[in-house]
Amino acid sequence: MHVPDRSTALGAAADTLLKPLIALGAFALGVLAVVGRLAIFAAQAVARAFTPPWYPARLLEQMVLIGWFSLPVVGLTALFTGAALAQQIYVGGQRFSAEATVPAVTVIAIVRELGPVLAGLMVAGRVSSAMAAELATMRVTEQLDAMVTLRTDPWRYLIVPRIIASTIMLPFLVLVANIIGVLGGYALATGRLGFNAAAYLATTRRYLETEDIVSSLVKAAVFGFLLALAGCYHGFRSSGGAAGVGRATTNAVVAAFVLILLFNLIITILAFNS
Amino acid sequence: MTGRIVIRGLVKAFGSRHVLEGVDLRVAKGESLVIIGGSGSGKSVMLKIILGLIRPDAGSILLDGQELVGLKGRAQETARAHFGMLFQGGALFDSLPVWRNVTFALTHGKPGGGKVMHALAVRVLAQVGLEARVADLKPAELSGGMQKRVALARAIAANPEILFFDEPTAGLDPIRAGTINALIRERVAALGATAITITHDMASARRIADRVAMLHDGRIIWEGPVSAMDSSGNPFVDQFVHGRAEGPVGTAVTG
Repeated sequence: MHVPDRSTALGAAADTLLKPLIALGAFALGVLAVVGRLAIFAAQAVARAFTPPWYPARLLEQMVLIGWFSLPVVGLTALFTGAALAQQIYVGGQRFSAEATVPAVTVIAIVRELGPVLAGLMVAGRVSSAMAAELATMRVTEQLDAMVTLRTDPWRYLIVPRIIASTIMLPFLVLVANIIGVLGGYALATGRLGFNAAAYLATTRRYLETEDIVSSLVKAAVFGFLLALAGCYHGFRSSGGAAGVGRATTNAVVAAFVLILLFNLIITILAFNS
Repeated sequence: MTGRIVIRGLVKAFGSRHVLEGVDLRVAKGESLVIIGGSGSGKSVMLKIILGLIRPDAGSILLDGQELVGLKGRAQETARAHFGMLFQGGALFDSLPVWRNVTFALTHGKPGGGKVMHALAVRVLAQVGLEARVADLKPAELSGGMQKRVALARAIAANPEILFFDEPTAGLDPIRAGTINALIRERVAALGATAITITHDMASARRIADRVAMLHDGRIIWEGPVSAMDSSGNPFVDQFVHGRAEGPVGTAVTG
C-alpha cells in the first residue's frame, strides 16, 4: 500500500477543509455580483424613466395586462387565505380563551403582511415570468437588436413601461386583496364560527390604523417595482436560445420571490420598529 | 482609395474566443459587397459592430470619414439612421401587426399616424411583392418567406443609404431564395444604396454581389470582383466556393 508523505497528506487535508470555504466564498461573490448587476440595471431603468421619449400607450397596455388580468388570481388567493386565517386564529385563540381576537388579528395580519406579500408573490408568478419569457424571446430572435437599429431604445420602449406599470398597479391590487382577504375572514367567522356580523365589522374598523394601510401600499409599490425589475433583468440579459428563455423565466420568478420576501422583512422592521 | 465604409484593424474577442483579429475592409458607395465565410466566422459580429450593437476591442470604422467606434447617445442615433438591416430570422416584432413593423423606423413605436403609416406600409410591401392584406396580419401568421419579405420591407421603409443583409436566404427553398435575391438586387439599385450581405449561400452571393470578400480566422483573406471568385487562386476561397469537405479550411471542431 502506498503511504502518502506528510506534505501531500497535509495538503489533501487542507484541501478537504478548504473546499466548502472556497465554495462558500464563490457563492458569496456570486450573490454580490448579481446584487450589483441588478442594482445597476435598476438605476439605468430609473434614469431612463425620467427622460423622453415616453411611450404612454405601452404603459397603458402594461397597466391593463398587470392590473386587470391579475385581479382574479389575487382576489381568489386573498379570499381563501383570509378565511383560512380566521379559522386558524379562532382555533389557536381558543387555547387561551381569546376567540374574540379573530377580527382584529385577521385585519392586521392581512393588511400588514399577507395582503401585500401574497398579492406580490402571485403577481410575480404571473407577471415576472411573462416579462422574462417575452424579453428573452425577443433577445434570442434578435428583436431587441432590430429595435435598436430602427432607432428605438428597448429600455424606454419595453422596460420602463413595464416597471412603471407594475409599480403603479400593485398598490391597487393589494388594496383589493386586503378588502377581499378581510371579507374572507368575515364570511367564515360569521358563517361558521357564529360571530355577529355588525360587531365583527366594527372591531375590524376599530383595530385598523392608517399606518397599516400606508405600510401595506408602500410595500405593494416596492414589490411591484421589484417583480418587474426581476422579470425585465433576467429577460433582457438572457442568452443561449430556447434553454436560455426557460432559464430566464425560472430565474426571474425565483429572484422576484426572494426580493419580495427580503424587502417585506426590511420594510416591516423599518415601519413597525419597537 | 476612399470608401463609403472603411474598416481598419477591427478586433473583437468574447472571453477567450477571438472572433475578429484585425479586419480591414472598404466598401465603395453604391457597391454591393458580399462577405462569405464559414458558420461562426464572425460575419454577423462584424455587422453588429458597424451598427453599434457590439463594442469592438480595437479598430476603427469610418462612415464617409466619420468615426463610428465609440459614438454614444445622439451622435450614434444619427449615424444609425444611415443603416437598414435585415436580420437572419427576420426579427419582426411579433406583438405588432405587419404594417406597424414596416413603419417602425418612422414611428419609433409611437402609436400616431395610423392612416398615413398604413398606406406607406402597403406601398413598401408592394415593392417586395406582398399584397395589401398582409399589412394587417401578425408576423406569426406569415410563412418564413413572407416574414423575410416583410423584414426586408421594414429595413428599406425609411430609405436607408446603407443596407445590411444577414443570411437573407437562410431557411428558404431555392425558388424563394431566388426571389429574395432578386428583390435585394432590385431594391438596392432602386435606392442607390450601398449593401453588405453576409451569406454562405454561394448562389445568393453570385446573384447579389459586385464584389466578394472572404472572412476566415478573424481576417479578410481574399477579396475581389464576383467574376474572379472562381479563379481566385486562394485555396480557402476555392474550397468554400466549391463546397469541398477537404481543403485548408478545417472541418474538425478545434474550439
